[in-house]
Amino acid sequence: MGIPYSYSIRNLWTRRLTTVLTASGMALVVFVFSATLMLAEGLEKTLVDTGSYDNAIVIRKSANSEVQSGVERLQASIIGSQPEVAFGENGQPLLAKELVVLINIPKRGTNKPANVVIRGISASSLLLRPQVKLMEGRMPRPGSAEVVAGKSIAQRFQGGGMGETVRFGMRDWIVVGVFDAGNTGFSSEIWGDVDQLMQAFRRPVYSSVIFKLRDSSSFEEFKTRIESDPRLTLETKRETRYYQDQSEMMAKFLRILGITLTVVFSLGAVIGAMITMYAAVAQRMTEIGTLRALGFLKGSILAAFVLESLFLGLLGGSAGLFFASFMQFITISTMNWQTFAELAFSFTLTVDIAFKSLAFSVLMGFVGGFLPALRAAKMNIVEALRAG
Amino acid sequence: MFILKFLIRNALRHKLRTSLTVIGIAIAIVAFGLLRTLVGVWYSGAEHSSASRLVTRNAISLIFPLPLSYKDRIRQIQGVKAVSYGNWFGGIYIDEKNFFANYAVEPKSYLDLYPEIVLPADQKAAFIRDRKGCIVGRKLADRYGWKVGDMITLRGSIFPGQWEFVLQGIYHGAEKSTEERVMFFHWNYLNETLKKTAPRRADQVGFYMIGITTPDLTAEVALTVDRMFRNSLAETLTETERAFQLGFIAMTEAIVIAIQIVSYVVIVIIMIVAANTMAMTARERITEYATMKTLGFGARHIAGIVFGESVFIAMIGGTLGALLTFPGARWIETELSQYFPSFSVAPATVYLELLAACLIGVVAAVFPTWRGATIRIAEGLRRIG
Repeated sequence: MGIPYSYSIRNLWTRRLTTVLTASGMALVVFVFSATLMLAEGLEKTLVDTGSYDNAIVIRKSANSEVQSGVERLQASIIGSQPEVAFGENGQPLLAKELVVLINIPKRGTNKPANVVIRGISASSLLLRPQVKLMEGRMPRPGSAEVVAGKSIAQRFQGGGMGETVRFGMRDWIVVGVFDAGNTGFSSEIWGDVDQLMQAFRRPVYSSVIFKLRDSSSFEEFKTRIESDPRLTLETKRETRYYQDQSEMMAKFLRILGITLTVVFSLGAVIGAMITMYAAVAQRMTEIGTLRALGFLKGSILAAFVLESLFLGLLGGSAGLFFASFMQFITISTMNWQTFAELAFSFTLTVDIAFKSLAFSVLMGFVGGFLPALRAAKMNIVEALRAG
Repeated sequence: MFILKFLIRNALRHKLRTSLTVIGIAIAIVAFGLLRTLVGVWYSGAEHSSASRLVTRNAISLIFPLPLSYKDRIRQIQGVKAVSYGNWFGGIYIDEKNFFANYAVEPKSYLDLYPEIVLPADQKAAFIRDRKGCIVGRKLADRYGWKVGDMITLRGSIFPGQWEFVLQGIYHGAEKSTEERVMFFHWNYLNETLKKTAPRRADQVGFYMIGITTPDLTAEVALTVDRMFRNSLAETLTETERAFQLGFIAMTEAIVIAIQIVSYVVIVIIMIVAANTMAMTARERITEYATMKTLGFGARHIAGIVFGESVFIAMIGGTLGALLTFPGARWIETELSQYFPSFSVAPATVYLELLAACLIGVVAAVFPTWRGATIRIAEGLRRIG
């Protein structure tokens, strides 16, 4: 017969201070563990959501990003005449020739400049990105010095808000609208008429051509044809793939940092749990002796103490996860090294992360509690009873 | 002396528990020290860059070029000693994973402006003579096993094509902080090729480096340069090299701040572990404290004993951690040399580590000390039961 579960739980309750201290050490570790996972997840989600699987993006060969790329007008027209391009309701091709450049504008409050993406858009740009919705105002009229700003630009950059003006390319641009692109990279962009922007920046080439595929499965065929066409020095990717490649370095950095920190921190927490459990065993020598004398087996004692430690870990894990879930309200903005552009993303909690965090905390409890429990189980009955 | 002996004896009573705590503290202190060093490395490039060199770039942003014709106009300005120029080339060596910085620069003026790039005289002459020549830092050459005379091919991400270079020299930094993972080659090579392939993009430079006669003139020269080109097609932004670098770092500030916060979190975690240890110790010894009080020791004595033991354990862990930081940093420096130019522990970091350890000891002792000092004799003795 095993020792009742309530024995383990009530033991934790009896030594509240120690339990709380040990559990909060573990809670902090789980907090860091889940926060880093949430951050990497948030970054990935932002960049995956930014792209759409059915869209293809065409950039210059071996340009890693739109900013580095250049697509001549002639080349863009050739892409526009490919049979894979889908058509919209009014018969217009769902294809946008866009210009992407970086400009330096200061942040609100700190006045520190950061690189912001300016995207010159065509008529179809909005249709290609159903995740972008106008929150207030209107879209810029073609041929005018008007722009719309993404939500996180409007909030965090000087001159980005509705009705304000930003100055770049020797002109003042009025912000006539603010758009919400949800959790995507577009929220950190400013959009304006492509022809106006090309003039302002004296850059007579497009950066990229984006279009919706008429048939999603025809992408490979399109890719082979485009990349072997001698007139074109271009390459194409699915939009989802393109944005994933953009964040590769950053995501890897966050992952390595997260794993390293978690490993180091969990060593500390496991030691904490071990100290607590050894003390628990030492204090209860007589008790353990009595239990053994009553006929409980070594295995039961081992199970009871391991269980106690597991509960301790679970308690810490739940607390850590609880506090980590509040991190979802925080948005991080930093420069993506691969594009040099500002990118905002938030901590994202998924069921998978919650599960991993709790599993991790239980594991910490197990590792910390096993050796002390073994000591308790191996105790000699007579000596244990005498120890009190 | 007696108190000290008492402390040490007390600390060693539970050898297992004490050693676990010491190990825990040591790990935390190592982590703390390495994280602080990481933050330091982040800023080291900026800290060691010169405040008397100016960088002029396009005011819109880094990706826009400036016309080559600005060079002579900048040189005319009072206080300007030398002008060099170049482009961020963004070439890729075989695969994107092999990232390193590569610049197209005007070799002679650039090397004159950067005395910290140390190159043997014959290699320097060979580099300047050969238009397809390039030089790389020692660490970069070690990483790919390049020797002088090797051919290096880069795939251009900003300037399309395959670009071939002949390695003419391997430089090393005059200071430890000098970046040794950079490649420089002739701006003319880039420009002459562009004239043939993309004439629209030729005769344009990414940045100008300006050497100043006396450091007091930097602000003035920077203003004069920017004023000269105001309202032109390519307005400029001129700042000291340090400000330029700090601007870059500021953009990744969120990550630096996160690392800083995390470095404190690790201290808090271990503080909780140590506090737990001390609380358990004090609880077990309540009877002893009561006995000591009966013998005539004051509350202050008891407090000192508990407090001293806690600080003693923490300091042992702290010292151990501080000593282990050095091999840890060296390991990172050799294993991850492609990410960090140097990973050396600053003296200030070691002091911070010891301070943190001391703090852990103090905070961990607060509650048990108070319990021990305020315990009433009868109550303490009664616990024997």
